[in-house]
Amino acid sequence: MELRINGKKRTVTADAKTPLLYVLRDELDMTGTKYGCGEGQCGACTVLLGDAAVRSCQIPASAAQGKEITTIEGLAQDGKLHPVQQAYLNEDVFQCGYCASGMVMSTVALLRAKPKPTEEEIIGFMNGNVCRCGTYPRILAAIKEAAKA
Amino acid sequence: MEEKTPTFDPNQGTEQHRAGKTDKSRRRFFKLLGGGIAVTFVLQDAFALLSDSGSAPSPRKAFADEVDAWLHIGENNKVTVYTGKVEVGQNIRTSLAQVVAEELQLPIGSIDMVMGDTALTPYDAGTFGSRTTPSMGPQLRRAAATAREIVLDLAAKEWNTDKHTLSISNGQVLHPGTNESKTFGELTKGKEFLKPLAGDVPLTPASAWKVAGTSVPKVNGEEILTGKHKYVSDMKLPGMLYGKVLRAPSFKASLKSADLSAAKALPGVVAVQEGDFIGVAAPDPQTAEKAIKAIKVQWQEVPQPSRAELFSFLKENASGGGGRGSTRKGSIERGMNTATQKLKSSYTVDYIAHAPMEPRAALAQWENGHLTVWTGTQRPFAVRDDLARAFGLPQEKVRVLMPDTGSAYGGKHTGEAALEAARLAKAAQKSVTLTWTREEEFTWAYFRPAGLIEVYSGVTEDGTLTAWEFQNYNSGASGIHTPYVVPHQQIQHHPVDSPLRQGSYRGLASTANIFVIESQMDDLANLVGMDPLAFRLKNLDEPRLRAVFEAAAKGFGWGSAKPAPNHGFGVGGGTEKGGFTATCAEVAVDPGSGEVKVVRTTTAFECGAVVNPAHLDNQILGAIVQGLGGALFEAVDFGNGKILNPHFAQYRVPRFKDTPAIEIIQLDRKDLPSAGAGEAPIVGIAPAIRNAIAQATGIRLKSLPLVPKGMKGMLGSR
Ligand code: FES
Ligand code: FES
Repeated sequence: MELRINGKKRTVTADAKTPLLYVLRDELDMTGTKYGCGEGQCGACTVLLGDAAVRSCQIPASAAQGKEITTIEGLAQDGKLHPVQQAYLNEDVFQCGYCASGMVMSTVALLRAKPKPTEEEIIGFMNGNVCRCGTYPRILAAIKEAAKA
Repeated sequence: MEEKTPTFDPNQGTEQHRAGKTDKSRRRFFKLLGGGIAVTFVLQDAFALLSDSGSAPSPRKAFADEVDAWLHIGENNKVTVYTGKVEVGQNIRTSLAQVVAEELQLPIGSIDMVMGDTALTPYDAGTFGSRTTPSMGPQLRRAAATAREIVLDLAAKEWNTDKHTLSISNGQVLHPGTNESKTFGELTKGKEFLKPLAGDVPLTPASAWKVAGTSVPKVNGEEILTGKHKYVSDMKLPGMLYGKVLRAPSFKASLKSADLSAAKALPGVVAVQEGDFIGVAAPDPQTAEKAIKAIKVQWQEVPQPSRAELFSFLKENASGGGGRGSTRKGSIERGMNTATQKLKSSYTVDYIAHAPMEPRAALAQWENGHLTVWTGTQRPFAVRDDLARAFGLPQEKVRVLMPDTGSAYGGKHTGEAALEAARLAKAAQKSVTLTWTREEEFTWAYFRPAGLIEVYSGVTEDGTLTAWEFQNYNSGASGIHTPYVVPHQQIQHHPVDSPLRQGSYRGLASTANIFVIESQMDDLANLVGMDPLAFRLKNLDEPRLRAVFEAAAKGFGWGSAKPAPNHGFGVGGGTEKGGFTATCAEVAVDPGSGEVKVVRTTTAFECGAVVNPAHLDNQILGAIVQGLGGALFEAVDFGNGKILNPHFAQYRVPRFKDTPAIEIIQLDRKDLPSAGAGEAPIVGIAPAIRNAIAQATGIRLKSLPLVPKGMKGMLGSR
């Protein structure tokens, strides 16, 4: 199978049915994308397919063929953080940080679809991402900051 | 810095009376680290830990309250701190570096924290009970200050001047008289200085802090945001296999028979059976899963209590009531005789799960009879000891490392995954990684205890408490004592052999006990027709608790603001682990749907001198959000030895939509020692919400969670 990840072609040997999450993490050692539940319930595994946020634990790798996959590793360009990452960094959002990659990827998708979201739209879009450390208000602040940038 | 300072003789690099064997260890120690200055708490620790033979003394065990760490300043001015404490999101990697940076006047970036590595850091009982900030913080400050005095002594000698005229900045000692300066490395000149921690070394007072006390951002924030930080579940070793364990269908089940042959027949699969433990290791997780499914197995299950009968089970199986925390003062009978109003209530608290976002994980490697395990645990040394015992190895042959982990909240005191990965790696003769699934984490970890709490209390017409009887079944001792003044008290804790495996949690039992105390206080205020806050203050002496109640009330607008229709205000607070918390909450109850929404909260918190305001805010925030889950809807459902809701789809955790507007008021007491803050701020939120619901609806709820299914059907009777 051939996948396009962060602008690069990658050939993978995993079974076509294997969820994209495990192909990324286990076969390609791209471990920035996290396992939190494997059931589409927490958002830790969020990546972009094209511009859309998807739960990589829920889609078979074969379904990502022919689409541009973006993971957390592909956001920063030439050593410069993506504006969403920068906004999260400025807000010093995280505690354990395990939810970070999924939060950031969801935010990127949100802002691509809606560059100036209302607070309600942000909360609605992000509700599928769990931060068990409870940093939600800070994430909200970071998203608002990123939307201004 | 005006205080009289002890002087070190820089030529006396080590304590003279520790010769011979110690010198050999000392050489090895500096060979590993390079020259420079090392400050240790107990010399023996550093030596023993660096030893590669079994002959060195094994590190002394410290008591839970005692901490050790050590610190090394290299010739490149790089400071390395070695501590057995671990990072699970409390941001102590940052706050501990801050206190060291403060005493050494160094930029935070030149401090490297080596944490939770049993081969390199001194013994530590574990990272729990909010002990890091009050005990490790001050010790590291003293270690850093000791090192600073050594550097100053060296410079004073070199320049032949009084060390009190010298100043220190950015890794350099400055001579204001001559404008000369020398880096720490230039002063130590590759020589080796080893000092035990000085007890009477001057510390920078909190009022003069420049780095400590400020909001230094998370030191590895960028690594986390770019996905570069390796959590245990992300780590890989060449040739590594993926482990998986065959789980019993219910707790306490025993194995009747097992046939592993089909699993063993799969390519590359190693299948292991040792007693009731059955597991596999395979080249990829999918094959491991397939192998587990291929095992034919029969279990002997045993009947067990279910959630429906939980609280009667706790009462019927309770011990006599002499559990930890039990006390008695005066006589309940006499207290009740002077009361004009009496109130007897019974409260229940369900089991809840920590549900850390990173489930338990471990990576195990065997090399020449040595076992190394990377795992996410709050107690790496205890896990090392467990592994040593399980495999019959001396402690020196087991090393446990704990990379910064995807949270714990008191839920990772143990090393189940470490043991499982190590067993499989031993059998496979290859390294094995093993990450629990969400379902395994929800089932095979441990829970915050469930409890039944009965209170009998008396009060006079003017709102003075006279009697307080508190019977706690199983939920634990933390926060069990009322902070209010009551002349006649009886407090009993009845431990029970819990139907589910239970253990530590954020704030421990105080989440249950303070919920009950503060609910009962509200109902008593209602009974005598007093404002709930005024009633509390009337019966409260502790000035620090009074201060947070008053600050939270002021910030919230208690007394001045009035709740809208179907809204209610509530207050709750208490003290735990040296932290003082009060929370005011506003809830809205939809009369049609019965949905309960927490609209806003104001929490005032005080834990002595604040080390990092932004990270303290984050800890308080986290405690409130987590506490809100346990208050409103979190509960572990179980029946006959099975967990019935082991998924996020069924076990509801707080999400963006559940999060109220959260106001946090920090009372920074620079005159008081810093206490930890990861736990105490959780205690006020549940009673505040409960009391706000009571004000909005008149319904005085008596169980946690309060409204797992909303209040539909409860409101009609009004
Ligand atoms: S791991 Fe995919 S949603 Fe939780
Ligand atoms: S910071 Fe720990 S889960 Fe979000």
